Amino acid sequence: MEGFPLLSVIAFSPLAGVLALLMIRGAPEVVALNSKRVALFTSLFPLIGGIFMYLFFDGQSADFQFVEDSGWLKALGFRYQMGVDGISMFFVLLSVFLTPICILSAWEAIQTRVREYMVAFLILETLMVGTFCALDTVLFYVFFEGVLLPMFLIIGVWGGPRRVYASYKFFLYTLLGSVLMLVGMLVLYAQTGTTDIRVLMENPVASHLQYWLWLAFFASFAVKMPMWPVHTWLPDAHVEAPTAGSVILAGVLLKMGGYGFLRFSLPMFPEASAYFTDFVFVLSVIAIIYTSLVALVQEDMKKLIAYSSVAHMGFVTLGIFTATMQGVQGAIFQMLSHGLISGALFLCVGVVYDRLHTREMARYGGIVKNMPRYATVFMIFMLGSVGLPGTSGFVGEFLVLLGTFQVHTVYAALAATGVVLGAAYMLMLYRRVVFGPPAHNDALAMPDLSLREFWILAPLVVLVLWLGVFPNQVNNKIAPSVERLISLYQTGQPVDVRAVDNEGQLAN
Amino acid sequence: MELLAVFSPLVAFLIAGLFGKTIGDRGCQFVTSGAVILAAIVSIYLFYHVALHEAPYKTVLSSWVTSGEFSVNWALRIDTLSVVMMCVINIVSACVHVYSIGYMSHDPAKGRFMAYLSLFTFAMLMLVTADNLLQLFFGWEGVGLASYLLIGFWNQKNSANAAAVKAFVVNRVGDFGLALGMMAIFVVFGSINFDGIFSQAGEMAETYFTLFGYQVHALTAICLLLFVGAVGKSAQLGLHTWLPDAMEGPTPVSALIHAATMVTAGVFLVARMSPLYEYAPDALMVVTIVGACTAFVAATIGLTQFDIKRVIAYSTMSQLGYMFFALGVSAYGAAMFHLVTHAFFKALLFLGAGSVIHAMSDEQDMRKMGGIWKKIPMTYGLMWVGSLALAGFPPFAGFYSKDIVLEAAWADHSWFGEFAYWMGIAAALMTAFYSWRLLLMTFHGMPRASEKVISHVHESPAVMLGPLVVLATGALLAGMVFYEPFVAGHPSHEIASIHTKHENVDIDLEAEVEAPVVDEEEVASHIAWNRHAFWGESLMVRGENDTLEAAHNVPEGVKFMPLVVGIVGVAFAYLAYMFATGLPGVVVRIFKPVHALLFNKWFFDELYDLLFVKTAVLFGRFFWKIGDQGTIDRFGPDGSARASYKVAALLGRFQSGFVYQYAFVMMIAVIAIVSWFVFKLNPGLIVGGAGL
Repeated sequence: MEGFPLLSVIAFSPLAGVLALLMIRGAPEVVALNSKRVALFTSLFPLIGGIFMYLFFDGQSADFQFVEDSGWLKALGFRYQMGVDGISMFFVLLSVFLTPICILSAWEAIQTRVREYMVAFLILETLMVGTFCALDTVLFYVFFEGVLLPMFLIIGVWGGPRRVYASYKFFLYTLLGSVLMLVGMLVLYAQTGTTDIRVLMENPVASHLQYWLWLAFFASFAVKMPMWPVHTWLPDAHVEAPTAGSVILAGVLLKMGGYGFLRFSLPMFPEASAYFTDFVFVLSVIAIIYTSLVALVQEDMKKLIAYSSVAHMGFVTLGIFTATMQGVQGAIFQMLSHGLISGALFLCVGVVYDRLHTREMARYGGIVKNMPRYATVFMIFMLGSVGLPGTSGFVGEFLVLLGTFQVHTVYAALAATGVVLGAAYMLMLYRRVVFGPPAHNDALAMPDLSLREFWILAPLVVLVLWLGVFPNQVNNKIAPSVERLISLYQTGQPVDVRAVDNEGQLAN
Repeated sequence: MELLAVFSPLVAFLIAGLFGKTIGDRGCQFVTSGAVILAAIVSIYLFYHVALHEAPYKTVLSSWVTSGEFSVNWALRIDTLSVVMMCVINIVSACVHVYSIGYMSHDPAKGRFMAYLSLFTFAMLMLVTADNLLQLFFGWEGVGLASYLLIGFWNQKNSANAAAVKAFVVNRVGDFGLALGMMAIFVVFGSINFDGIFSQAGEMAETYFTLFGYQVHALTAICLLLFVGAVGKSAQLGLHTWLPDAMEGPTPVSALIHAATMVTAGVFLVARMSPLYEYAPDALMVVTIVGACTAFVAATIGLTQFDIKRVIAYSTMSQLGYMFFALGVSAYGAAMFHLVTHAFFKALLFLGAGSVIHAMSDEQDMRKMGGIWKKIPMTYGLMWVGSLALAGFPPFAGFYSKDIVLEAAWADHSWFGEFAYWMGIAAALMTAFYSWRLLLMTFHGMPRASEKVISHVHESPAVMLGPLVVLATGALLAGMVFYEPFVAGHPSHEIASIHTKHENVDIDLEAEVEAPVVDEEEVASHIAWNRHAFWGESLMVRGENDTLEAAHNVPEGVKFMPLVVGIVGVAFAYLAYMFATGLPGVVVRIFKPVHALLFNKWFFDELYDLLFVKTAVLFGRFFWKIGDQGTIDRFGPDGSARASYKVAALLGRFQSGFVYQYAFVMMIAVIAIVSWFVFKLNPGLIVGGAGL
């Protein structure tokens, strides 16, 4: 693959599809159908590219691979640099994997402005892939913030009745964070004179600056995750977003915050990261318990899953800031797994929403009788979300808790209560929607999964189970990069702290 | 071989689950039953091979989770402890599979039921053959899942669904402890593989570490955390409330999962971790006390219940209590012995009760039974066998196992051992009483069911009675046959244990571990009939803790006490339910508050509902309405939203293009910011650009 700009191809091939979409002419129905076909076809290219990337990725190496560095933007003060390491590669894969699924899931649900919808999704794909590949802070910023636009449109145009409120809230929160991050990036550049992420990772900035910069970046990433207490945009955004929007939001967009912590906060501001560890832990634990309890009392299916996402992301931030091998690896795995599972759960909600046009749990019940296949698939994802061993959900959660336990047993114990609560609200959701005495005739008359719906969900089922049984397929390729990250983090600590740490280890 | 024994139920589950429609109900029944019967036969072979010829081994299948120093494999550990469990699981499961063909014959979802049973069997086998704690946890949660699915099998019933969710969530509380225990083990031992843990157990005996901000004795803390898991799964006092509700599931499920196998997983866990518990005497004390209290409390509740299955469920809980206090006094062999015999007679009782329920047109209330023994004599006879075994009458299996458990408790010579003994004796009295209460209320006296039901009463078909006979054979013989290898004294090691009794800890450990190697030839000649050779290294007992050895030398009175109270209990039952049938009513009236307490199961459910369920919902609503909406939103986005709405209204552009507008503004903003950034930092750019 020497010299072939694989990452750029993956990132920008959707834009070619966009051009094609804009050229479609004809009657509205024809345009709609052709748009869907073109979009689906286009989205397969990044997927194929992603598979090649996975196959040719050297899992032994911690270096950035498939690096592209065209100096042609250098005159503008930054460079077009792309590359992936073990951490980002799987996020790229997740993005290119979920996009075709999203497009397929919108096949019948979206009836208005189909072409524009598809355009939005393909642009979104480009931006997502770009975010995870960018090796330059400015490039990263452009992609990272650019993601907002299509997402904002998807919620605001194709969303539910309160879409304006939801998209506004989404916008407002993210804006708050991104402005601060931009300022942070400016300062970073002013201090170091480079925008090269690789250089910045190896050379942490002066300690007195780290704290402010850490907070500035934190503002942006915390909103994206989202962490408590800046999470309230998420339930509204999910509830109002169309199904595919929720899938991509939960599946990929929430992971950008976690990715940001891994790429920026830990290696570039190691001292500050260590300093703020307890702060993050407290927020994470609150997020886990607080939002789990809130999820317990929801009546709206999507809201419940949205709150559960906040809780699951709490595990991610917890794991990242343990700065242990298990914690960080678990956090990454948890993000990937959550991307699949929560995406799939939103698809499952979408299936019944398309039939009955309500997300209220009480309007369903007893549907297992007519929809056995749906019930089975839904159950697998429900169990994945609960973190049953054998599903991917377990591995991430367990490793995060294991990492946390080594650093601080109390936080681990508190976070583990989330596992109990998680079982409670997910089983309650499933029980009320799928089981129970038949209550509503219209709910009972719903047909089982169509072939299209089945094939959307089937690959997710396979992946969730496969990663649950053989997680090392992913873990081993992540490991070198995580090891390097942790060593960067540790060498970045002030000398006296390190000495104490070493003594502590010796005493053990 | 071990692959066949463990994975054939999984294959059967996948076939029945994925292709159930294609192969039909008959096909599902055939495939699943056939697979489990095959697994049972292979298990017996493995038992012969491994337990009787001392050849434990491991099979590594693949790696599972690796992260830094943390590394676990999918692997099967085949030693005496696991093959004993495999035999119990597969034999009982095979019986239940076959029985279900008859019992569920009127159910529309036969295929699904069989598939779930096989799934359960597989998960349970993974649990007992695990080579590390994580795989054990996989099986542990897997059986929980199967239990959830099977309790809620009749998913149109609200009560069944509620019971299923309750079982899963309450078990999760236990799993919470187990998971933390596992993590603590990793922190202390650097591994969660059994070999890695056990080889260091002695060295870690005096280790302290920080847990929740306190310096604690590492092994005690670990063992207690693991025990929390065991309490949940084995329905010990505190986390037991799910078990009676679990009776909502079909009866074969109750027999397999909630009597013979899954609920004994906690016992298995403690036995498996015996090398750690041996160095955590305080944890053992807790195990003993919790077990003893459970045995007693469950028995008292069993006295008052009317649902035939719930009586047996409480009896199960009570018997599990026996197993735990046996573990607590280091009599692991006795606990395993009682586990095996109990699996047979309790599965027999449950399936017998199922046969009664089947005959009575799905009636479970004993107040609506009576006078049917002549119509279903086989079931009646088999229930007698089960009850005799449960109440501990010779020569039935329960006699041997219950006696050795109680004797071991006595022989521990500690205050809690004695406490456990007397609680056990009291429970034995009540056990005998409620067993015969059940028999007499169900089969004797005047028929209390409606004419229609009575006219329908019929003996169950052979496909149901056959498994019952197999189990009855076990309930009759298991005690006699397995007494020697499981718990009997052992000549060849007596000297060694006496020698090591007063030595220090490390030498003790070595003596125990190496002893079988030293006199290998003698072991071979004794083969099975030697407790230490039989268990090999799968159970670890320190010489000074060896209560089983001492249990053979307790006073005669201690030995005969269980039998005496058993006879008394039965006599009382005859008195109250045969000869003076007004007596129970009188007793209830006199001891009204006590009866209310027992009848309402000591009010655990009500208490938990108030403490946890209601509180959680209350907090959830509070956080949602007051926290999220009332505080964060109100002062955050909504506040600024209101302000900007006003601005927007002023501008009069609020209507249609709203969203686009923002998008547009944002795009502009991004471009503006980036360009500012570029120009600010590269003032030379303009010049350079002009140059081009």
